[in-house]
Formats: sequence, structure tokens, C-alpha cells
Amino acid sequence: MNARAFIPLAIFAVIAVLFAVPLLQGKDPAILPSAMIGKPVPLFELAPAVGDQKLTTALMLDEGKPFLVNFFASWCVTCKDEQRVLADFSDKTGIAVYGVNYKDTKDAAGKWLARHGNPFRATGFDGTGRVAIDFGVYGVPETFLVDGAGIIRYKHVGALRREDMDTIFAPLLEKLK
Amino acid sequence: MIIELAHYALALAFVLSLLMAVVPMWGAHNGRLSWMALGRPMAVSLCGLMTIALFGLIHAYALSDFSVANVQQNSHTLKPWIYKISGAWGNHEGSMLLWGWMLSAWGFFLATRGLKLPPSLQARVLAVLGLVTTGFLSYILLVSNPFLRLSPSPREGMDLNPVLQDPLLAIHPPVLYAGYVGFSVAFCFAIAALIEKKVDAQWAAQLRPWVLAAWVFMTLGIMLGSAWAYYELGWGGFWFWDPVENASLMPWLAGTALLHSVAALEKRGGLKIWTVFLCILAFSLSLLGTFLVRSGILTSVHSFASDPTRGIFILALLGLTTGGALLLYGLRAPSITIGAGFKPVSRETAILLNNVFIFTFLATVFMGTLYPIFLSALDLGSISVGAPYFTATMTPLLVPFAILMGIGPLLAWRESSFVSMRAKLYLPLALTLALAVVIALLPFGDKLFTVTMFACAGWILSSTLMDMFRKSHRFTRLRSMSPAYYGMIVAHAGFAVLLMGVTAATSWKEEKILWMTQGDETVFAGRIVTFVGLQPDVERNYTVERAILSMQKGDDGEPFFLLPEKRWYPTQERELSETALRADGFGILYAVMGDQDKTNPLRRVMRFYHHPLVLWVLLGALMIATGGLMAMASPSSRKDKA
Repeated sequence: MNARAFIPLAIFAVIAVLFAVPLLQGKDPAILPSAMIGKPVPLFELAPAVGDQKLTTALMLDEGKPFLVNFFASWCVTCKDEQRVLADFSDKTGIAVYGVNYKDTKDAAGKWLARHGNPFRATGFDGTGRVAIDFGVYGVPETFLVDGAGIIRYKHVGALRREDMDTIFAPLLEKLK
Repeated sequence: MIIELAHYALALAFVLSLLMAVVPMWGAHNGRLSWMALGRPMAVSLCGLMTIALFGLIHAYALSDFSVANVQQNSHTLKPWIYKISGAWGNHEGSMLLWGWMLSAWGFFLATRGLKLPPSLQARVLAVLGLVTTGFLSYILLVSNPFLRLSPSPREGMDLNPVLQDPLLAIHPPVLYAGYVGFSVAFCFAIAALIEKKVDAQWAAQLRPWVLAAWVFMTLGIMLGSAWAYYELGWGGFWFWDPVENASLMPWLAGTALLHSVAALEKRGGLKIWTVFLCILAFSLSLLGTFLVRSGILTSVHSFASDPTRGIFILALLGLTTGGALLLYGLRAPSITIGAGFKPVSRETAILLNNVFIFTFLATVFMGTLYPIFLSALDLGSISVGAPYFTATMTPLLVPFAILMGIGPLLAWRESSFVSMRAKLYLPLALTLALAVVIALLPFGDKLFTVTMFACAGWILSSTLMDMFRKSHRFTRLRSMSPAYYGMIVAHAGFAVLLMGVTAATSWKEEKILWMTQGDETVFAGRIVTFVGLQPDVERNYTVERAILSMQKGDDGEPFFLLPEKRWYPTQERELSETALRADGFGILYAVMGDQDKTNPLRRVMRFYHHPLVLWVLLGALMIATGGLMAMASPSSRKDKA
């Protein structure tokens, strides 16, 4: 028996464990910390994508309660499913959800929301993606949780699943209350 | 019906692979020739069954049979036929089936072309291959089955991601996979050698062509992927240090180290245990690459499915394969005799140093790629590592590596001396300095980086070619050098060409991003660019808007057009930019059309790139692959010693 010959195996075992941990925990590697976390929500004013309520930072902060900002687009395939998830979460917790329509056309966005459900209290039309840049959005869908004081607390990259709402958003929201 | 047949063939293949793992191994263990001999027909039949399975899936894609869930999710009737076919492996399940087929195809060649192998070695190699196949087929059958039916069957499919609808990408995965999977042969050889406790020059001579074949495929596969990313993603670069690219680079690096050490083992019987270890490492990194891409543990532009169950399954396979192999290695390596010794100044030392360098590159890429995962596993937050890390860590290492690469081939086996070699280095050194001065005098680019890299490339090129002229001249009357030697020369020269291409294209590139309205003119790369107009068009499965850009050098230059496109794929509701390229000498002029101004439909963002010598990257990669092919043609030089 030569202990040195087992060094590769030992190294491999450590690496394998390091791989297994995030997989078994079901961690989503897509979550990169946003530079915006802990920072105040950017100031903006957007024309509505649907309806006639403008989307502004002031409107969102008016109630002094936590809220969600969801970036979506009608051309985004994975955005479809999360509309239902957002609506249910909003019904259950009473949280306000605002939608920013990213690099889209108002016409397409309107039709798309009519088809897939509109969970938003108000929507803003961000045709140039300017506001998305201020938020540090890489691509749609992305969802931000902002506290009552207007500080960004969490950013979720990719489609929201029901378990994300239960395991991530609900506990965070509980803490903010 | 054909799908059921294919599904059945796959299930049979699973059973057969299990038998193939057991019977020849048992035969070799007990010295029963008849049992050992069964490995060959089994491997051939396994390949036959896998071919039926793969053909069944391709057939369903060709006919757009949407009752098959996999076809429905990834194909569409309007897609051009070539992308229907390539769609068969443009998705997770299909690509895994292709992986399995490749494994069986290598088994087929081992059984039919490996006739010179000693029966017990061939039986064991095939048995290990059977075992690996069993693991893979169980993965396909249990969690990644492409043959599941949909009922009722939908009328139309969901289409293939348009980014993947590209001729290069139709062949990139099969070629790359042939390489990935090809390292399984080296792995099987290593396991068989550990079982037999026999690692010698003959074993290395028999292994070498297989390593070279896999390595050539891998080189070409990486090259195709890089070329695809260059013109399809429209980011104006050919290598992004993306996790998936790194996942293919790691086994390639391990394979490069392996083919050097296997040559040393074949010629001089040195580096035995190290070679066995590299065999295991190369295939483990291939598996790791598959794991990284398929598990969704890393996100990247290339990955499609991410499913934790699959990730855990592949990790378990990786654990069993690599863990099992390394356990065997730990138990058996000490009993393998130390190879022939060598002096500090010798070809063996050069190869060992080469391996140390490549290993360092490999470790660098490994850490850069996996560090984010490890941090996440240890709950230290998550980060992503980008190109600056890789450039900063790899570039300084390239200098000593290049110096070594110039000297190594000049050294004699076993014992050599710097004194005898010094005279051979004066001319290359002079040529290198001359090149460095010329580059330094050029009025553009990052001086230090460009001059250093060109000097490295010049050094490799001049010393390698000088060596070739000297040796081929000296030996003309005695004996010509082997094809393997010329293969090495071509591959090393190819590396130098690639290095120059990469340096020029990154250091001397020009880039311009601007808004252009129809009729606008701008100056780029010494040319007048005019935005002539926009031309809408309808193609088979997408609509397109094409910008017409004319380019003219001076007033009397020959004008030509660049036609970048914006495509809209209605079935996937996806927009895609198609870049326009034009070769300019060995460089490329590159135009991409960006977003439209919301208020003015004739106003667009245009991006222009000029990458001088970027075609040398391609040329260099082709030379490297050609060198590998030439080395393969070389008859085993150690038959006499067998």
C-alpha cells in the first residue's frame, strides 16, 4: 500500500463532494448576486405598457410596503409561465407586483398580457431598455424584491417557479415585515 | 413503429453492453480465449444496435414525427432538412444518444482495427468500454430517453433554437463528441493496463493512434465551435472562456499532455504511471465536460437542458467511473515498475516539463471554470470568472512554454546537452529578435503583449522549421524521418500560427459601434462604409431584414457589400442577428446590425469589427489537427522491441 498513489482519488473525492453539494441542495447556479442589492431602487418614469397608469418610482414607494418588480417581454418564452405564479403569490401575500416591459412593442405586450394573464398593478414600457440598464438586468425574465423603504433586497434571474416563491420570496418577505 | 424498434434496440444494447463488460473480462481473468474472443462480435453488434437506435431518432426527425416528444419539442415542419437531421442531436436527449453511439463506434473500431492487440488486452479494453457504455445507456434509458411518445400527437413542433440552426453547428457536436468519447479508449487501455499490471512501450505504441484520433477530432470540434461562436453569436470574438468552451478545452489539454507522454513511453519506456494517470484524467475531464454542460450546474450560452436529477445521475456516473479508476490506480500504480531513467537534459525532461506546463494551464482553466461552483458549494457566495482572469494567468506562462517548445524537439532522447544544442539556436534566436523588432515598430496595438506573443510564436516557428530542415537534410541518404516527426513539426508550427492569429486579432482589432440612418457614411478600417438601404425578405422558416452596407477603400478601390441580417423566427418568437463577414487578406471584416430606432425605422445600430490575421487562428488549428493525423499515419516504431 502506497498512500501517495491515492492522492488523485482523494482530490477527486473532494471535487465530487463540492459538485454534489449545490446539486443536492437544489441551488440554482444562475443566481449571481446583483450589484444592486442593498441599493435604492433607481428613479424612473415609464409610460404604461397597458392601461393608463404610468409606472414611476414614486408610485411604487407610495404605500411604504415591499413590492416586486418583474422585467418581462412578449418575445420571451420563459416569461409566460411566471405570470400565473406571480398572480398567485400576489393574491396570497398581498404584495404589489409591477411589470417593466423590456424591449418590446406596446401592441405585442398588450396582447401577450391578455393571453397569459396580467399580475401587475401597473406596467411600464421600457422600449429602449434604459430602465433595465439602471436595474442591472441581463435579460428577461428577472424579478426584484424591494422593501418598503425602496431598497433592493433580492434579485431573481430566470423564470419564477412556485417553489421559488415558497422557499425564497415568502421567507424574505416575512423578514421584511 | 421505427421509434419502437429503435427504443427496443437501445434496450438490447444496454443488455449487450452489460454482457460485454462481464464476459471478455471474465475470460481474460481465467485465460479462456473463447470467452475473450466474444468481446469482438459483441462490440460490433453493440455498434449495430446503437446505429439502429440513432437512425430511428434521425428518421423521426427527418419525417417530423411529432408523436415523439423529443421531436415535437425540438423540430418543426418548416425547418430546412439539414437542421431537421442535426436537430436529432441539437437537444439534450438526442445528444446523449449520439454520445452513446460514439462510444459504441469506438468499440467497433477497437474490435475491427485493434487486431494486433494481445487478446487479453483487447478483451479487457472492450470489457471496460462495455462497462462505461452500460453506465451511459442506463442514464439514457432512465432519465434521458429520446423515444418517449406523446399522445395525442401535436400537429406542429416547437422548433430548434434558431441560434443552433447553422451548418457549422450541425457538424460541431458530432465531431467534438467523437473526440470527447474517443478518450474513453485511452481510459479503457489504462484500466486494462492497471488490471494486468503491465505498462510498457508496446502498450503505448498500441494506444498512441487512438489517443491521436480522439485528439484530432477534439481539435477540429473545438475549432468548429469557436468558428461558430465567432460568426453566429455576433460578439466579435472567437473564444469567450465560457464554461462550456472550457469544458471542451480541459480534456483537449489533458489529451495534449497525454499524447506527448505516450510518445515518450513508446520511444523510451519512461513516464509510465504518469501516462496511465493522464489517460484516466483525459476521459474524466470529458465526462466532467458532459456533466458541466448537461447538469445545469453552470449556466452558459451553450447549455440547453438543466435538470438536477440528470445532474446527480451524471455526477454519480462520473464518481463511479473516475472514482473507480483512481481507486484502481491507487491500488495498482505502486506495483508498476518505474520506467527507464533519463538525464536532466533530455527529450524526456522536455516532455515532462511540457506536461507540467500543460497541467498548469489545465489547473488554471479548471479553477477558473469551477471556482464559482465551489464557492457556491461552500456557501461563500457566487461569482463568475471572466476572460481577464484567464488572460492574466495564462499569458505569462506562455513565454516559458514557448521557449521550451522551441528547444524540446531539438533534444535527444535519454541524454543531451545544451552545449551541443547551442549552435542550433543562434539562427532561430536571430530570426525571433528580428520579428520582435518588426512588430515593435508597427504603430499600433498593445506593445508588450504583442511583441512578446509574436516573439514566442516566431521562436517556435523558426526553431521547429530549422530543426526539420537540418534533420531531413542530414538523414536523406540514411533514412527519412518518420511521419510522426513531420506531424509534430506541422502541429508545433500550427500552434505558432494560431498564437500569432490570436495575438493579432485581439491586439490589432478595430471596433466601431454607431447609429446609422439609411444613406449615412462612416470610415472604418481605412474604408468608406455606406448604409445603402434595408431589404426585407421571407425565407422558409423565418423572415429577414437585410442591411446593405457598401465598403470601399479610397475613391478608386473595388467596392463590395456586407449584408448583415436580423432574422425573426415566428415559431420560436425569437430574433436573431446574422453577422456579415468578408475576408480581408488573412483578416476578417465583420458587420452586425443591432436594434432599430423606435422612432425612425431606417435608423439602426451598426457594429463593425476588423480582426487582422484572424484566419490564422483557423489555419493554425487546422495545422495542429493535420499534424495529429500525420502522426497517426506513422507505423509503430517499436515493433522490434515488442
